[in-house]
Amino acid sequence: MSEPILQMVGIGKTFGPVRALSDVTMTVMPAEIHAICGENGAGKSTLMNVLSGLYPHGSYTGEILYQGSEAKFKSLRDSEADGIVIIHQELGLSPYLSIGENIFLGNERARGGVIDWGTTMGEAAALMQRVGLRENPSTRVVDIGVGKQQLVEIAKALAKDVKLLILDEPTAALNDDDSAHLLGLMRALRDEGVTQIIISHKLNEIMEIADAITIIRDGSVVETIPNDGAEGVNEQRIIRSMVGRPLDNRFPPRDPHLGEELLRIEDWTVHHPEDTHRVVVDSASLSVRAGEVVGIAGLMGAGRTELAMSLFGHQYGSRISGRVFKSGQEIATDSVPKAIANGIAYVSEDRKKYGVNLIAEIRHNVTSAALQKVSGHGVINKGDEDHVAHDYRTKLRIRSASVQQAVKNLSGGNQQKVVLSKWMFTDPDVLILDEPTRGIDVGAKYEIYQIINELAASGKAVIVISSELPELLGVCDRIYTLSEGRITGQLARGEATQESLMELMTMEAPRA
Amino acid sequence: MTTTVPPETASGEKKSNALATATSVVKEYGIILALVVIIGFFQVVTQGRLLQPNNVTSLVQQNAYVFILAVGMLMIIVAGHIDLSVGSVVAAVGGVLGVLMTDFHVNPWLAIVVALVVGGIIGAWQGFWVAYVGVPAFIVTLGGMLIFRGVALVLVGYTRAGFDADFLAISNDGVAGTAGFLGSLDAFTLVVGAVGIAWIVISTVLRRVRAQRRGLVVESLGLMVARLVVLAVLLGLATYWIALSALGLPYVLVIVGVVVIAYAWVMGNTVFGRHIYAVGGNLAAAKLSGINTRKVNFWLFVNMGWLCGLAAVVVTSRAGAAVAAAGNNYELDAIAACFIGGAAVTGGIGRVPGAIIGALIMGVLNMGLSIMGVDPSWQSIIKGLVLIAAVAFDMINKARTKGA
Repeated sequence: MSEPILQMVGIGKTFGPVRALSDVTMTVMPAEIHAICGENGAGKSTLMNVLSGLYPHGSYTGEILYQGSEAKFKSLRDSEADGIVIIHQELGLSPYLSIGENIFLGNERARGGVIDWGTTMGEAAALMQRVGLRENPSTRVVDIGVGKQQLVEIAKALAKDVKLLILDEPTAALNDDDSAHLLGLMRALRDEGVTQIIISHKLNEIMEIADAITIIRDGSVVETIPNDGAEGVNEQRIIRSMVGRPLDNRFPPRDPHLGEELLRIEDWTVHHPEDTHRVVVDSASLSVRAGEVVGIAGLMGAGRTELAMSLFGHQYGSRISGRVFKSGQEIATDSVPKAIANGIAYVSEDRKKYGVNLIAEIRHNVTSAALQKVSGHGVINKGDEDHVAHDYRTKLRIRSASVQQAVKNLSGGNQQKVVLSKWMFTDPDVLILDEPTRGIDVGAKYEIYQIINELAASGKAVIVISSELPELLGVCDRIYTLSEGRITGQLARGEATQESLMELMTMEAPRA
Repeated sequence: MTTTVPPETASGEKKSNALATATSVVKEYGIILALVVIIGFFQVVTQGRLLQPNNVTSLVQQNAYVFILAVGMLMIIVAGHIDLSVGSVVAAVGGVLGVLMTDFHVNPWLAIVVALVVGGIIGAWQGFWVAYVGVPAFIVTLGGMLIFRGVALVLVGYTRAGFDADFLAISNDGVAGTAGFLGSLDAFTLVVGAVGIAWIVISTVLRRVRAQRRGLVVESLGLMVARLVVLAVLLGLATYWIALSALGLPYVLVIVGVVVIAYAWVMGNTVFGRHIYAVGGNLAAAKLSGINTRKVNFWLFVNMGWLCGLAAVVVTSRAGAAVAAAGNNYELDAIAACFIGGAAVTGGIGRVPGAIIGALIMGVLNMGLSIMGVDPSWQSIIKGLVLIAAVAFDMINKARTKGA
């Protein structure tokens, strides 16, 4: 057997007090496809960022042995010089440049700073043929589909003389045909001697293509298993390894009192905003009762946020169809003011982009979605406004010097409480909370769970979208699973386990 | 990937907050300080000529348009836009005024109403493109700058002059004598000044008491007193000089005062004002909070348009003529006033009083340098440097807060 191309030994990485990786050891053999599996936040991307030099040598512990000697990469450029190329989930292409220009971006075929167009386009055409991309090299990247863009990324890596190619969720945005083509290409590259590391949530693809699988959980390696067709190596085994973490008292006790059905969605279908033929949410139907906390589980790209944002004022997608009923009455939610007027609130997963006005004070954020409640004839009653802000600051225990403090100076947990205050002040009947505890420390998470419980106890319907399964299992009365835009099942609190959820979440949608 | 995180320390937040307060104090009062220093500097180098009573009134009369335009521009900048067309719009509306009053002998008061309406319509035109078509304001108003300069040239083929005395009085006369004199001081001006100072003191104290009752954090007592003393002295001196001047309180200052107070109130106390800050602070979050951001943007430009109309009235009255070249570079004066006054280039931050102080700094620079007989080209260079220095100060301040 040959020498390993890559050995990562005892890698550890911390961000402030948070330990992201501890003692990670893994070995990759030359010309193999090595898969890394783990839940969101398990540390997969951090590990790859360590390997690629994005986190420079010295910012982590442990050592990386690459091609027999210790690698001390200071930057992405260093690792690329040694033939390690990482392709991120969000593609790194410049949309208005041609395919040829993108392939040699940062690696230009030039003489004395002047682009050599003949070589550029000629070599680009050769590389495109190698990856099976039939397009003109002078076509702009924005004019080709996502599947082909992914191929451009691979051609770009090949142009750098890649020896170890890292692909982070390469098929997440691709349709079945494009995925199949990409997997075929990966096999062909392996046969040419290119070692590959693939991070993917799609276990069926991993089972199909990987030679070895390393499973990471909570920043540590659980196990590395060869995928050699041996007995017992199957998706269930991987899922068990991925989620097998003991649950402790991270959640407040829940004692639901369910009322009437408050919200029902029927046949909700949403198409991609640009690619209007791509179905993102596929005739989803669900319902929530008063006092109920309902979860939506789904992998990245399953359409969770898209479902929520299209429902909330059609803020995502195109060609949206389906019906929404509130307490049995059909309602319109095609603009944000209508959605709010109909008692729906949406707390975005992207707090800084959609949730808060960072440079504004706490009190002005709290009232910003329902300013009319503290104003008359267009004039704000500042006394009432302060009073409201104080109430929420006390009730939700927002830790701040005063309600005049700018939101940007608060911790993530307290910022999230400001967003929750803002939506609670609109007095909604249904709250959709999208990743309500993302980027929040454990203590603050518990407080957010308590708020969720209190909201439900006061007779509101709460929908929680989360990529953390233990969180859904801990706070929800019922959980829907979403896979490739379709609701693939629902499990009541008693019958749901991480394994049963993961199985439904990875279920391939039946072809229409 | 999370294991342990220490509970957040309240002291850490308090500390960063105290620091933020300290920098915001420097920022907010630094600008007043800068104004005082600049006035003092020119007062010394011009051997006291800067603050001669008649110079003070003419400072106000010559810069009235900057105050008016800076108010509208501030709102636009806070919302994250810019308006490059205001100079041309002032010229075009000025042309309308001139043609109406001379060629058609329209009553000046009616002509003024028409001017304000025309300004509003021009604003609506620009607002339409920005708000409902989504063309960036920079482009729309760059186009507007060309369009309305052209309109002004077409309207005012030859200079229109010879307006009604009432119209000329707006920017060239004052209240002197309406309520008699106290010695050589105009009584009416003194009353207005006294009422103004009393109002500022009383409202500041009342606001403080109310804020404390609501449990808000208030500025330290010493700081408040110091600020009030500085403001009262400045206003008192201004009142004294103006009362001493030949005109007394200029009519145009009354107009400017009403505009400034009204819009400071709009920005601070109305839903429309709050929505402007929300749109500029985080557009995506504002949309997702149910704010009709298009409507906000549209009315912002309508508002800027009618303020341009008002500025045209003031400028045409001051010049006594409608000329096609009027309003040249006015947009730059207004934009500079906003940024010197602490508005953020990225939107979301800025206050009307700040923009007014910024406009005053520009005005004092103009007047002081003119009295000193500095060559106009050098005046331009100095004003440009002051603008850059003011914004650089802002940036350095921010970087320091972030680093802490």
